[in-house]
Amino acid sequence: MPAATRSYASTSAAFRGGARDILGAPLLVLGASYVGFGSLVRASGLDLSVGLLSTLTGWALPGQMVLIEAYAVGSSLLAMIAAVALVNVRLLPMALVLLPGLRVPGRPRWWDYASAHLVAITGWVQGMRVCPTLPPDQRLPYFVGFAGVLWLSCVAWTAVGYHLVTAVPASVSLGLVFLNPLYFILVLTADLRNRARLGAMVLGGALGPVLYRVDPEWGLLATGLIAGTAAFLADRLWRRRHG
Amino acid sequence: MVDATPWLMLLGAALATYLWRGLGVYLAGRVGEGGALLDWVGCVAYAILAGLIARMILLPAGPLAATSMLDRAGATALGLAVFLLFRRNVLLGVSAGAGALMLMAAGG
Repeated sequence: MPAATRSYASTSAAFRGGARDILGAPLLVLGASYVGFGSLVRASGLDLSVGLLSTLTGWALPGQMVLIEAYAVGSSLLAMIAAVALVNVRLLPMALVLLPGLRVPGRPRWWDYASAHLVAITGWVQGMRVCPTLPPDQRLPYFVGFAGVLWLSCVAWTAVGYHLVTAVPASVSLGLVFLNPLYFILVLTADLRNRARLGAMVLGGALGPVLYRVDPEWGLLATGLIAGTAAFLADRLWRRRHG
Repeated sequence: MVDATPWLMLLGAALATYLWRGLGVYLAGRVGEGGALLDWVGCVAYAILAGLIARMILLPAGPLAATSMLDRAGATALGLAVFLLFRRNVLLGVSAGAGALMLMAAGG
């Protein structure tokens, strides 16, 4: 275990310290993305309440975007939820890796289950980076301060985007709706070191539009299963050949 | 008549999202990291995201359908270029790409 290189005066100071650390890039980038999400909700003909509830209960932008886009193209309920479930499977390994490191003996387990709701890319990266340097009892408060405040602020950003998209000229609202796909291209590009995932992205990007043309409802799921499995198998084969 | 679809889809999505987080906590310490199953799941998730993004840019469903393919591709390429040139700064890349699309749309 790394030595504590950073420490707060108390657990509540650690919570406030986490909340303070969202200022800057996390708040601006994720805020802009949720403005884009709010715009997408409005542009898809859904109520503000749907957007707010989605951010509150389904927190993690990729799944939210999949849900609203599937609704916009008229998918069935089953296809929508299956797509959200598959996109969000990645939250399992993320929660599995992060939360045990925040645990201290004697703290009730429900804390783990409650804070797991806050696991999403931005907070997870921050938690993995900062928490190991904190004294054990301050790790969970820091993570909840960071990821929890980010989550709630994004509920507000969703509302801002929802109202902004009709209050600004059409060209600006196009830019807002465009924020979401662009944000994910960049975040995914930053993560290209893993060969199997790179293959999955290239294949998925090529197959996605084609299979959507074939079947708008199930095309996305088929894309994920076919491209993901092919990339996974190709990577295994490559590893076996080249050690 | 009130359409229940948005509420049912929200409920389903909330369950389909929390399920994995809760399972992650439950399984912590029970399965090994770096296992084949987790690798495969990661590949499927990335392929779905890439497929969705490619579809949103090439065959957009909403208001983006009013823009030309060339404008969307150009704005994406610019955002990506700025991102890579400026030490992978997501904020700069996103602003450049979305800003470019706004200007192209305003200029007609």
